[in-house]
This record gives sequence, structure tokens and C-alpha cells, in this order.
Amino acid sequence: MAIICKSPAEIEKMRRSGRVVREVLDHVRSIVKPGATTMDLERAAEKKMKDFGVQPAFKGYFDYPCVLCTSINEEIVHGIPSDKRMLKAGDIVSVDCGVVLDGYYGDAAITVPVGEEISPELQKLLKVTEDSLYRGIEKVRIGNSVGDVGSAVQEFVEAAGFSVVREFVGHGIGTKLHEEPQVPNFGTPGHGAKLREGMVLAIEPMVNYGKPEARVLSDKWTAVTADGSYSAHFEHCVAVTKNGPMILTE
Amino acid sequence: MAESSLKECMSKEDAIEVMAVVLEPLPNAMFRVELENKHQVLAHVSGKMRKNFIRILPGDKVAVELSPYDLNRGRIVYRYK
Repeated sequence: MAIICKSPAEIEKMRRSGRVVREVLDHVRSIVKPGATTMDLERAAEKKMKDFGVQPAFKGYFDYPCVLCTSINEEIVHGIPSDKRMLKAGDIVSVDCGVVLDGYYGDAAITVPVGEEISPELQKLLKVTEDSLYRGIEKVRIGNSVGDVGSAVQEFVEAAGFSVVREFVGHGIGTKLHEEPQVPNFGTPGHGAKLREGMVLAIEPMVNYGKPEARVLSDKWTAVTADGSYSAHFEHCVAVTKNGPMILTE
Repeated sequence: MAESSLKECMSKEDAIEVMAVVLEPLPNAMFRVELENKHQVLAHVSGKMRKNFIRILPGDKVAVELSPYDLNRGRIVYRYK
């Protein structure tokens, strides 16, 4: 399968769906507090999507049951919202959200601290993960390769003493949630597909406090760190343009 | 939503296993087989069956795994005696 380059008009549409994703995420962030369940977040996001008149991107994707992925603490990604999972002060929760508007997908994720205070170690984990995303985005330029993006993320994360997950990767995005190419958060500079104008990549570092290994729970979705260490996750959709990287989900 | 780098493990959709009868052999260890629902699909022989050199002849009853992505192709995983 070839990598699909989008026209400026298509990128504008993706920017619109990206903005909706950001609105939903901002709303969800505002209701994250100790005592809320992950299903509360799911319901709030679902309502918000309805208000905007957009379709959820995740619900039904490989039979995924919800519109959000909510992954608490040692859960890396793809945690399924539940009435039984309650957020506690000091937790971190990754909220991943995708919508379809006018046939085009938007996909982004944030990791939010629960309560007033989280430990300094977790603050550092969140900061490094978010910063690594921008290190990767900085490399989204015509003529660079997918490996440049991955290695920028990996180097930054590993210099901080954390590790990047190998089992899950970012992806191209457009009229499908997952398009070519895969965008790993690790790699070798200069390797992988060359970036051309109009490509749109979802870059999403998943950073573990401890070792990089992940495993998937028996629900077949929730990915957790094998060593039980905390994990953070941030994601943006980024278009390759003549003027450098254009973040579509902000 | 992150994509699995090991394609098959993103919420593993188990392959569909069905009974079939071999119709004709094709080159490259491929066979045309007819499923119980009368659909004809192209099936190749699983690596394990090739390694153990299990011969497949027209008329044999076999078990075929269908990929959920392309229901016109499958993999022969077992030959019934």
C-alpha cells in the first residue's frame, strides 16, 4: 500500500476534525478528578462528539467498544473505559480520542495528572513524554524520513532515563484511522519512508518509566507495561508542508 | 489510537476456521478449495504442513483458516484422513 499524500483542501478538513478532537480532549481533561470513573470520561466525550456532530473513530474499530481509550498508570494505551475504574489522586490517565468529520480522521492523546499533586517522578515522565512528541514533530519536514522522527523521540526519551514502547507505533492517518506508514517512536536517522508534502502522520510516543516491554491483557486491548512501571502517552496529527510541520490537532 | 507494530495482535481477530474440500492444485503450493458454503477460495498450505510434508490431493477434506481481511484467501491448516 502506498502512502497517501493529501491536498491542501484535504489537510484543511483534517485540521477541522483535529480541532474537534482537541475540544473533546480539553473537555475531558476538565472533568478528570479523583473519584471520577473512566466511564464518566467516556460519556462526557461521547456527548461532546454528538454536540459537534462528528462520529467517533475508535468505536467499532476492530470491535473496540468505546469512543475513548483511557489508560491509567501502568496501562500504556487502549484501556477500555469502565464504571469500575475510579481515578485516584496521584494517578496519571492517558486519554486517547479520535473522530471522523466529513470522512477525515483526527486522532490525539494526552496524559493528565489526577488531583492537585503527583509525584515529581511522574511529573518528569509526563514532561519528557510531551517534549519528546515535539522533538519528533520538529523532524516532520519534506525530505526527512520516518526514522528521523522515531530516533529524535527515542534519543530524547532515553537520555532522560525512560524507555519507548516497541509494540505500538504511530501511523499515517487520513480517510482511514490507520494508514501507511507506521511511525515508530524509535529508529535510525535516515531510515524508513521519505516524507513528502501532504503526508499526515499521527505521532504518539508511549514512554515507560521502567523497561520498554509491553503486554496485552486478556481483554485483548489494554496494553500494560510488563514490569508494572508507569507509562505516559501523548499524540498529535502532523501534516508535512512546505513550511515545515503543521500540527492538525491543536 | 496506537497501531500495533505486530499487525496481528491489535485486538487479535481470530482467523475463521472452516471445513473445505480441495478442488484443484495450483502452482506454488496453492489450492483452489470449496468451502461448506460452496464458496471457492484460494488457499496455500501452512508452513507446518509443508515442513512435515503432508500431501494434499484433489478431493481431500481439509481445514482452512480464512483471514478476516480477505475472505477469498485462506490457509490450509489440517488434512483429514
